[in-house]
Amino acid sequence: MTDQTAAAPRALKAERYATLRRLLGTPTGAIASLVVAAFVIAALAAPWVAPYDPNAIDPINRMQGPSAAHWLGTDQLGRDLLSRIVFGTRTALYIALTGTGAALGVGMAMGMIAGLGGKILDSALVLLNDSIKSLPLVLFALALVTIYGASVPALIVIIAISMAPGYFRVVRNQVLVLNNADFIVAAQSMGASRIRLAATHMLPNLIGPILVLIAMDIPAVIGIESGLSFLGQGIQPPQSSWGNMLSEGYTYVRQAPHIAIAAGLPIVLSTIAFTFLGETLRDALDPRRAVRT
Amino acid sequence: MSAPVLALDDVSIRYPGAPAAAVRNVSFEIGTGETLGIVGESGSGKSTLAAAMMGLLPSGSTVTGGLRFEGRDLFGQMTERELRQLRGRDIATIAQDPFTALNPVMKIGRQLDIFQHWYHDRPRAERKARILKMLEQVRLSDPGVRMQQYPHQLSGGILQRVSIAAALLAEPKLLIADEPTTALDATTEAQILGIMAEAKETLRGATVFITHDMSVVERLCDRIAVLYAGELVETGTVAEVLKDPRHPYTKALLECDPARIEEPTSELPTIGGTVPALDDRPAGCIFEPRCPSAVAHCRAEAPKRHDLGPRQSAACHLVTP
Repeated sequence: MTDQTAAAPRALKAERYATLRRLLGTPTGAIASLVVAAFVIAALAAPWVAPYDPNAIDPINRMQGPSAAHWLGTDQLGRDLLSRIVFGTRTALYIALTGTGAALGVGMAMGMIAGLGGKILDSALVLLNDSIKSLPLVLFALALVTIYGASVPALIVIIAISMAPGYFRVVRNQVLVLNNADFIVAAQSMGASRIRLAATHMLPNLIGPILVLIAMDIPAVIGIESGLSFLGQGIQPPQSSWGNMLSEGYTYVRQAPHIAIAAGLPIVLSTIAFTFLGETLRDALDPRRAVRT
Repeated sequence: MSAPVLALDDVSIRYPGAPAAAVRNVSFEIGTGETLGIVGESGSGKSTLAAAMMGLLPSGSTVTGGLRFEGRDLFGQMTERELRQLRGRDIATIAQDPFTALNPVMKIGRQLDIFQHWYHDRPRAERKARILKMLEQVRLSDPGVRMQQYPHQLSGGILQRVSIAAALLAEPKLLIADEPTTALDATTEAQILGIMAEAKETLRGATVFITHDMSVVERLCDRIAVLYAGELVETGTVAEVLKDPRHPYTKALLECDPARIEEPTSELPTIGGTVPALDDRPAGCIFEPRCPSAVAHCRAEAPKRHDLGPRQSAACHLVTP
């Protein structure tokens, strides 16, 4: 215990940003973070970043390829594709964040109740979540949209329902493991109540896996939104979404393939970036892996 | 002895679904300022007793007899809420394995602050000062730095000091240490035992020290309770029992203590056989199958406890006052 005492204060300062440094320290982590940051900035500052009004029609310049004036070209109505993608980012991230947030809230509450409550409650919640998980997602989504109509709130509800079981499972398993962990028993023997156990001692242990799951789920949610919009059951034109842009581009793929390519690009890019961010985040967040380079 | 802090009167504990009781007819008392060493092999019911003393047995366990803390029966008269208020304030524990007893994702300082949650009406600065003072008392170097570190960054010896500090912060009337040094190496163990000995001095209350190491008992405890297969076979002051053990099991345990072997041998002595399984308890004396001095009578009838002076007693047919 006599070692590292002199260097300790300096080591502490470094420790504070250790997670961030580990995240950005790997090439994959750095590039993924950069791309995700770019998407977030584009979404937040869409009106300032986009060179044109995303809905401004210009019939004379329709279906033009990339040029200095229109970096990604124009679509069948002469709208600037780059501007539409930038505003589509806003749609995609808005739905991804609200949908994942709702799924997280519902899933985590159920997982905590199942893990800390009695056996009957646990079995009932597991059955419910497994049932939801077994539904074919696209058919389920199409059925709901057919009943309630295509709208942004409907999309969020669909995403929340279909994603909640993932959070439920992670939180429940983690709580069940933690229930028997020595430090939880120790906290209990020091007089902690059940609520205190859950909130103070368990929750910090859940944040890591949940953050990773969120980063992994966001591309899946973007996929659902794009997919439903592509099928005409998600975001309705003229509001731009990557999915409905892809669908429109698909119609003209023989005359102007650049429209479909431009719409597909952000879907692929965001999926890859978020997935890699999730993977590096998983490694970076675990304080026990701190020694790893 | 003043009024006992903790008094066990004919306590038996049975886990749910178990074929037999894990602890049977155990009686002893611990007074203020006293340290009781509970010794026994693995499976002798030491940790079950420790859990019972905190009121933390698994739900469905049955407890008979009286287990009274300051006169109040933990399993008869107290609600779960009252029990919880005892834990961490009047009764505190030091865990067996310091590596798993601390939350891996929380800094030491924050954990210690949470552990004194019964003091949360006091200002933050005062709580922090208490922690720093306590960390100094357990002779931790750079307490301020340690508070900012995570458990995985620290060694076992430091972590066990932190656990001891956590327990002492509660200023308990009863401190239960369940084999606090088994997970540590010999040098660190000696340091921790030294700190434990100092810590006891500052404590107002009683200490229960659970161990299988006779030399630890000799060093730290005033009284000793020897458990075998869930039964109390001998109890008395440490001076009496170690000088003149009366029960054959106590004798055998002492003979196995490496520190007591005077002549060099190539083989360490052992007690032949194993502790009988829960569903395979002998009808007579519980220790009879392994006892070197057993006679026919031992197989037929379980021995009663014989008092051997004011504090010492042993449960053996061969014992005469």
